Parts: sequence; structure tokens; C-alpha cells
Amino acid sequence: MVLERPPAFDAGRAWQVHPQVGLREEDFGALAYSYAGRRLTLIGSALLVEVVRGLARYDSADLALAELVPDAERARVERALSRLAASGVISAR
Amino acid sequence: MRAEPVAGGSAPPGRAAPGSAMRDRLETGLAAPICLTWELTYGCNLACIHCLSSSGRRDPAELSTAEAMGVIDELHAMQVFYVNIGGGEPMLRPDFFDIVSYSVDQKVGVKFSTNGTRLDAEKARRLAAMDYVDVQISIDGADAATNDAVRGEGTYAAALRAMEHLASAGFGSFKISVVITRHNVEQLDAFEALAARFGAQLRLTRLRPSGRGADTWGQLHLFAEQQRRLYGWLVERPGVLTGDSFFHLSALGDSLEGLNLCGAGRVVCLIDPVGDVYACPFVIAEEFRAGNVREAGGFSSVWRSSPLFEGLRAPASPGACASCGSYDACRGGCMAAKFFTGLPLEGPDPECVFGHGEAALERTPVRLVPHPGPGHSRRRVAERPRPVAVRAAGPR
Repeated sequence: MVLERPPAFDAGRAWQVHPQVGLREEDFGALAYSYAGRRLTLIGSALLVEVVRGLARYDSADLALAELVPDAERARVERALSRLAASGVISAR
Repeated sequence: MRAEPVAGGSAPPGRAAPGSAMRDRLETGLAAPICLTWELTYGCNLACIHCLSSSGRRDPAELSTAEAMGVIDELHAMQVFYVNIGGGEPMLRPDFFDIVSYSVDQKVGVKFSTNGTRLDAEKARRLAAMDYVDVQISIDGADAATNDAVRGEGTYAAALRAMEHLASAGFGSFKISVVITRHNVEQLDAFEALAARFGAQLRLTRLRPSGRGADTWGQLHLFAEQQRRLYGWLVERPGVLTGDSFFHLSALGDSLEGLNLCGAGRVVCLIDPVGDVYACPFVIAEEFRAGNVREAGGFSSVWRSSPLFEGLRAPASPGACASCGSYDACRGGCMAAKFFTGLPLEGPDPECVFGHGEAALERTPVRLVPHPGPGHSRRRVAERPRPVAVRAAGPR
């Protein structure tokens, strides 16, 4: 299986959970399984899960971050989104 | 399982390797398995001498098609990502494709293991047309002589024919699955070349003394030196799949790719053909039976609240491994390997890379070894009572 290389994370764009990713809540956050890449990703906080699920409701990741994430956490959550984009858990729409 | 943690929003995991932070969270158990093994039938047209489930004869009590679909409904509701379907030979079930299609339609992905004997051109085309299905063809040697000594006459040729069918049908990247033994471990490069020839992925797994493997482990399992070479080979090839089965080798240095933990009852389990739920595919024994999917509450209730699984999710004691500096790397190895060699579960794996398991076996030459019994083997294959007090051979 050949995977497209995911584009770099741009918080100015609109994002969503990748259509081929299953996301399941767990005590520590969530597990994300990519059916395309056959890869498991552990999302280690409830806040990050909320943001990931919320992305689809906002016109950009920036807007989602502004509304859902306290300022003090914002840089960290944005870095995490960038890693989730790189591993194909979230995709631009 | 390829895996990575993304912590974002919580405190970073400090100095610990990302993999170990993830492992700590997974060891206490999950709301549902990440994946589970589901043996669809004990029926098999082969009689491999290391068969982990002692398969051969169908069991009259095997789950019906309707019951199997009920299990899939539950897995769907629990958001289990995929099932590893095996057997026995799962393609012998007349409803095999009905079950696979139903599962895939419910977004429960399917990886299934087959000996390939029933995978003809038409079936290969059907499989190629399905999404969310992975196929693993089992071979145990890179040539007919090595393979057929374990799996039976003609089985290498049959597996290769199945691979040709998948390739001709445009299935894409299937998996070639090999149980590593002392006889095929010298063929690693040849397995890699075979996989490359088909554009397939190579998957190597560890031989356990489970099922008929209890009787053949002593003649087939790796020598210490072979284990070290295998580890070195795997470290250089993170793309080779291992089903996380060699985590005991991580004590030799850097962790191998994967979760590196015993997932039994924590992230994986087994549903056997009659619906019994075991902690993992390698411990088909009453001691590790957590319940049955036919009971009230079904599979989800067994997963969530069986006392056995709750016990496995509690912090484990390192036992005799407490004084070893590598316990954090190998976590004492494989529960099934210890159980079926008569070693204490809290203590070294019989194939401990530092020889502690071998020493433990030598110290207790007479052990009560819980023999798995003949299981569903066809009668000529094996007939032994259980358990048996044996003067067990050492690890070699």
C-alpha cells in the first residue's frame, strides 16, 4: 500500500479526523487507528481529543484552538496537532 | 502493532522513552481490545507440528454464522479496530466470506491468516475487491524442504500458489507470516527476498510452546546465539512486522518496533471457535479462560469485568527478575512461554536473553508442566493426558 505523504500542518486551514481513522475514547484520552496506514496512535489527553473531534466544526484549526484551548496550553496542543497531521490521524479538508 | 503516542496538552513524559510512556498507559487495560484474535474453526486440512491451537478436527460447538455476526456486532459497538481471524484454517468455513464481509461492512477491519490451500484465483479476486482486509499467508521455511518438515508435504507449493493468485488479482501488499524456528532462522534474507518478489510485507513471529508446540518447542526453538542474530536483523529492519512477539529480545539493547508489552487481557485477547475467551492466542488453557461470548453480557462483559483480565491489568510483580536491570525492557517476557514450560509466571522467560530462564529450567528438571493436551488434533497426531508430571528436557 502506497500512502500519500501528508501535507505539513497549517493551522490556518480547515482540518478533520481523517476519514479512514477510527477514534476511540479511553481513560487517558483516546486511541486513533489508521485503517489506511495500519497504525495506532495514542492521544494522551482529553483536551487534545476534544480539539481533534472539534476540528470539523471550525473553518480553521486556529479558530478551533482559540475557542477550545486555554492560552497557556495552546502552543503544546498545536504541536500535537502537527504530529497528528504527520501521522495521518487528522487531514486537511 | 505500529504505534506512537501524542501527548499534547498534558505534561510531557519526562525522560522516559515515548514508547514506555505509552506502554504504562496500555498496561492497565483498555475499554476494548485494540485488536483481538478470533479463531473461526478448529478444523484444519493441515497438521503443523507447532500449531498453537492444536487444530485439526472441527468442534461441533463452533459458533454459528448468526452467532459470529453477533460477535461482530459487539466488536463494532466496542469500536474494536480490527480482528485477526485465524483457526484452524478459517477458509474452510463455508461462511468465511459472509463473516469477513459482515465485519468489514461494520468497520471492524479483518486480517486473516491462512495456509493458502483454499485461496484460489477466484477467491483472490474477491479479496482484492474488499477494503479493510489484510491477508497473511503462513510459511515456515524459505524452501519446500524446511517448510514442509513443519507444515506437511506440499504445503510450501500451495502457499506459493496462493501468493501468485493474490499477486495476479492485484490484491496489493499481503503479508507472509513465518514462525521463526532454529531451522528457518538462517533463511531470514531469503524470506525478505520472497516478500520483495511479491511486493509483500514480511511478518515474523515467535514460536511458543503452546498447543502442539508444547511437544515440539524443545526441538524447534531458537538457540541463544540465534536469538541474538535475529534481534540484530530485526533492529536493522523496522519495516518487518513481528506482532510484538519478540519483546523479550528488547533486553539486548534498543527496543524493537511495537508496543513491547505482553498484551494479554490488556490490549488483546482470543475468542476461540466455540466462543471461549482467553487472555491471548497462546494460552488455550482453563487457567487463562476468562469466559464465553455466549454468556449473558457477551464478549464485552467478559472483556470488561472478568476477574482473570482484571488480574492481568493489575501491576505485575517481577518476581525473580526484580534484580535484573533489564526487566523494564523485557517485562519478564511471554506469559504463555513460561506457563507451558512449567516456569513461574513471575520470573524469567524460558528464552530470557541472559539465560536466566534456561538456568531456571535446569534448576527444576522435574516440573509439573501443564500440557495443553491433544486439543482438536486429529487422533493420529497426538494423544496425551494432562497435566503431566514430566522429567522435562531443558530448553534445548
